[in-house]
Amino acid sequence: MAVIRYSQAIRDAIAEEMRRDKDIFVMGEDVETMGGVFACTKGILEEFGHDRIRNTPISEAIIVGAGIGGALTGTKMLVEIQYVDFILHAMDQVINQAAKVRYMTGGKAQVPLVIRAQQGSGRGNGAQHSQNLEAIFCHMPGLKVVMPSNPYDAKGLLKTAIRDNNPVMFFEHKVLYNTTGEVPDGQYTIPFGKADIKREGKDVTIVATSWMVLKAMEAAKMLEEQGIDAEVIDPRTLVPLDKETIVNSVKKTGRAVIVHEAHRVCGIGAEIAFVISELAFDYLDAPVERVTSAQTPTPYSKKLEQLTVPSPERIVAAVKEVL
Amino acid sequence: MLDKKSLLRIYEQMLRMRLFELKATELFGQGLVTGSMHLYIGQEAIAATTGELLRITDTITSTHRGHGHCIAKGGKTNRMMAELLGRKTGYCSGKGGSMHLADFTMGNLGANGMVGGGLAISVGAAITNAVMKKNDSVTICFFGEGATNEGVFHESLNLASVWKLPVIFLCENNLYQVFTSVKESLSVEDVSVRATSYNMPGITCDGNDVFELYEVLGKAIERARKGEGPTLLEAKTYRWEGHYTGDGYAKGGYRSLEELEGWKTKDPITRLAKYMTENKMATSGLLDKIYADLKDEMEKAAQFAIESPWPDDEDLYKDVFYVREA
Repeated sequence: MAVIRYSQAIRDAIAEEMRRDKDIFVMGEDVETMGGVFACTKGILEEFGHDRIRNTPISEAIIVGAGIGGALTGTKMLVEIQYVDFILHAMDQVINQAAKVRYMTGGKAQVPLVIRAQQGSGRGNGAQHSQNLEAIFCHMPGLKVVMPSNPYDAKGLLKTAIRDNNPVMFFEHKVLYNTTGEVPDGQYTIPFGKADIKREGKDVTIVATSWMVLKAMEAAKMLEEQGIDAEVIDPRTLVPLDKETIVNSVKKTGRAVIVHEAHRVCGIGAEIAFVISELAFDYLDAPVERVTSAQTPTPYSKKLEQLTVPSPERIVAAVKEVL
Repeated sequence: MLDKKSLLRIYEQMLRMRLFELKATELFGQGLVTGSMHLYIGQEAIAATTGELLRITDTITSTHRGHGHCIAKGGKTNRMMAELLGRKTGYCSGKGGSMHLADFTMGNLGANGMVGGGLAISVGAAITNAVMKKNDSVTICFFGEGATNEGVFHESLNLASVWKLPVIFLCENNLYQVFTSVKESLSVEDVSVRATSYNMPGITCDGNDVFELYEVLGKAIERARKGEGPTLLEAKTYRWEGHYTGDGYAKGGYRSLEELEGWKTKDPITRLAKYMTENKMATSGLLDKIYADLKDEMEKAAQFAIESPWPDDEDLYKDVFYVREA
């Protein structure tokens, strides 16, 4: 076991997979130079050369669209969108093309395309560099959606994403890049659709994604001091979603709080709450609660930004609502 | 070389495209084809000549007006017709329809319902060929002049040029985007001048002239195979039937009948037939036989489609994701 940063875990996953599979091609804005804004591809150019990784113009539609064309012709395309907000330039490519081409061709097409992007607030980047867009992609059939919350998951899930012959939306978090965690020395992958129970507990189930897993763990610690035993679940992949682990936990605790950084309306929390009501309604002792960012664009001011992002205190308060 | 054999093949393919669509129109009238069908009638020279110049290992991306492109890349009319009728035996098992005909085994990466939808995909295919596999295959990207006003046109030509990718951007300028004339929608008279912005050759040619097409396309393909980069070709042409089947406004509405009749005198099929008979490359008897055989092929294609099974109920849920076989 080694303790490494989240960004290093991403870098290691890419390098290991590129050594293993010569058909992988990486492209995106600034990915060669300095390894990108968050240094996730640092060293890839030096090891693999310009024919395996390339800087692109600031042209998100062609980054994703050429990714699809490459994938359809046998290249394993790993493309980077510098900030998830910029993928809105490429939505035709993602939703009309990548997500649908397999279905539209009656299963003839394979699309081994991973779209990496980092999302989230926490760094004072303002409304167009801080969004959490995962729910949009979860809504569209044909896309897988991955949100790792720690270095171990980031590495294992990215390797699985690269080996998948479907389009995968791989959402990292800008605040998590500098967080550290233990990662095994050998090769490993993590299957999609398997949630991770980060902390076992019997009083309440907290389902949290990405950065919010860290907030939920802090909240669980605060609750523990007050004699409340929270179970924290990280779904890790939203498509496919591990309903079983979530539902089994709620059946045990009878109470659920869902935490995500994305906006409240039609967020993944609404979907998970429905899954719980559909499959564990008789076990619920209280209505399901959600802790989310406000239904506003992300404000720039540090004070307001901190107000909108779910905090451990807000999670604790929500838990108390359902107890 | 554009010899007799090549010309006969191009002629047969143009006529196959024409008769396929006439048959499909008939079935559309009977309610057997649903949605929108965008006819290629009048533009056949472009796809047929392209098909003559391509290898099976070359790829194409196509458009909503893509029946001709599919035939040019070896598409079988019976499976195409079955797809138009939404049947299980169609190229996409009935899930794509007219606007999504694709056959990856033949290098047809698919028609596209989005205007400009194939542009970025063609660039990606060229990355596979030129950067990853390092072969000399080329990609022909078909699109209409309307697509050149989409943002992805700019992104695609820019990257293809910066990376010197083997793509031939083949613009079929049929002078109208849906019901609106190029005079109201295009900032330039010739789309090819836009190539200047991307530092690549831009050439305009008569899209109804097989000989001219063969020459300019041949050069562009050769250039791409040699690794010298992309070309923007503009083939001026006309879609006789308007935007889609049943586009009544195309005949005396947004387009004058005089304009339409003028273009019909430039019919690429009639032109080539005349050339071949006048130059003793084909007798009218031979051309009649080609016509009769193709008519028969279309009857059989229609029959095949009509008799083909519908998709099964469970097919609704299949093919959303690729699932690795155990």
